[in-house]
Amino acid sequence: MSRKPNNAAAPEAADDIVRFDAVSMRYGRGPEVLSDLNFALPRGSFHFVTGPSGAGKSSLLKLIYLAAKPSAGAVHLFGEDTQRLHPSQLPKLRQRIGVVFQDLILLDHLSAFDNAALPLRIAGHKPSEYRNDVAELLAWVGLGKRMQAQPPTLAGGEKQRLAIARAVVNRPEILLADEPTGNVDQEMALRIFRLFVELNRLGTTIVIATHDQDLVARANKPVLNLEHGRITALGPQGPRPRADDE
Amino acid sequence: MSEPFDVARWRPAPFLPERDARDPALIFVVAVLCFLACLTALGVIAADRAAGGWANQLTGEATVIVRARGGETPDAAAARAAEVLAGVQGVAEARALEREKAYELVRPWLGDSADLEDLPVPRLVAVTLEREQPATADQLNAALSAQGLDTVVDDHSIWIKDIRRAAGVVRWTGSGVFLLIALAAAAVVAFATRAGLAARKDVVEVLHLTGAEDGYIAALFQLRFARIAAVSGALGAAAAAALGATLRLIGGGEGITPALPIAWLDLLAVLPCPLIAAAVAAVAARLTATALIRTL
Ligand SMILES: Nc1ncnc2c1ncn2[C@@H]1O[C@H](COP(=O)(O)OP(=O)(O)OP(=O)(O)O)[C@@H](O)[C@H]1O
Ligand SMILES: [Mg+2]
Repeated sequence: MSRKPNNAAAPEAADDIVRFDAVSMRYGRGPEVLSDLNFALPRGSFHFVTGPSGAGKSSLLKLIYLAAKPSAGAVHLFGEDTQRLHPSQLPKLRQRIGVVFQDLILLDHLSAFDNAALPLRIAGHKPSEYRNDVAELLAWVGLGKRMQAQPPTLAGGEKQRLAIARAVVNRPEILLADEPTGNVDQEMALRIFRLFVELNRLGTTIVIATHDQDLVARANKPVLNLEHGRITALGPQGPRPRADDE
Repeated sequence: MSEPFDVARWRPAPFLPERDARDPALIFVVAVLCFLACLTALGVIAADRAAGGWANQLTGEATVIVRARGGETPDAAAARAAEVLAGVQGVAEARALEREKAYELVRPWLGDSADLEDLPVPRLVAVTLEREQPATADQLNAALSAQGLDTVVDDHSIWIKDIRRAAGVVRWTGSGVFLLIALAAAAVVAFATRAGLAARKDVVEVLHLTGAEDGYIAALFQLRFARIAAVSGALGAAAAAALGATLRLIGGGEGITPALPIAWLDLLAVLPCPLIAAAVAAVAARLTATALIRTL
């Protein structure tokens, strides 16, 4: 993956897959849970979002996967200001994003195979075109023997890997994973992390929200740390702090 | 355990579970509503036929009361009136009723003892009108008075009007009841759709966030409830038709009462019921689902 050098004079680099401009967010009439966020994520990058529970990690991801709207500021996605898009344009954008939800949200009445194939069906592909890819992917995440199993019968780590398979099956340009190693042991956490590294190597932009300080320490990837809804630290090669650019 | 998974034979499973624990209750309620709607329709059809039949019988006839004038005897006047009437266009037949018939009509009021011969009891002429272009009361009156006859023509138009009005009331009431039932069914389906969306929040959420269009998600619920309503409609219609058939078998062509003569063909009226039920459910589910999904 070659990454273009950051150019301070042109903060709106075309290569930024995500850009937050003075973004704040609140749920309904509640208090601000995110305040004045400014950052950009270059295409092909790999970032961790860290911070204590309630800091706003999931909320930040929700803004990116278009499940929530900022109460102030602008969220740019694929170079588009999401606030200016017509609601009918959002589904197509969502199809370019893969998400591993914090609570996974696997569909219990569907088989692992059907769960994993879901985004391809939504995107309108024919089963005959993708079923082999889905089988291959499930084998790759180690679920080759559990393709017919329904999620309630899967172990925690298996569920997590199924959720990851579903998130990446449609080759998203950006993968957002919210606590993807939440309920698994160290070894499984590392295996999952290696999977993300592999996807990143193949070109996918990755953002992982996690508590797992061990993982973050080992990974040696840029970190965006949140506390009380504000960015308090940008890790080693952390995302460009946009506020300082201007 | 089950046989190994054959990828080549895989077919996508429906996004919504095929069955839901609440389905039987919904099917029951919608089927009952469809049953009532079909009964209403059958009732209206039968009442309409009864009214049509009565009105038709009355339209074909008129009664003329003839009072003798001057020296003419009542019988002679009646005979002359019948002759005049027979010549009027639109009259098929005119027949002076025998004296006895006229007496019979007044006897309940005057009693047997009265000496009817002494009373100027008017005579009656029964007129059968032509089916195609029946003569009107005015035409009959004009012909009779032109011949100097003192007569009153009763073409039953007052009764016919009453019957028509009654039939109209039945028809409108029936339509109103039918509409109410349809609205109730729509409300039930809307309610069920809301419950269904809440119960399948996971499906709605995953599809939505994976980039499914609102219409795509709404269509899942629309189809599901349309299918349930079609099944319910078929059940309700079958039950109503069975009841109609039973009435027809018990009561014959006249039905259980002369006011509700059911014909075998009438039972076909329940046929569109599953389709109408499905359409109502589809619209209700679509509107409800779209409104809810839009709030995501
Ligand atoms: N749906 C919601 N409605 C109202 N408030 C919410 C909602 N979701 C989150 N919050 C609040 O927003 C704040 C940030 O929550 P968020 O889930 O983003 O934190 P987090 O960093 O992901 O926490 P965790 O590490 O526990 O997952 C919290 O104070 C939380 O109570
Ligand atoms: Mg969270």
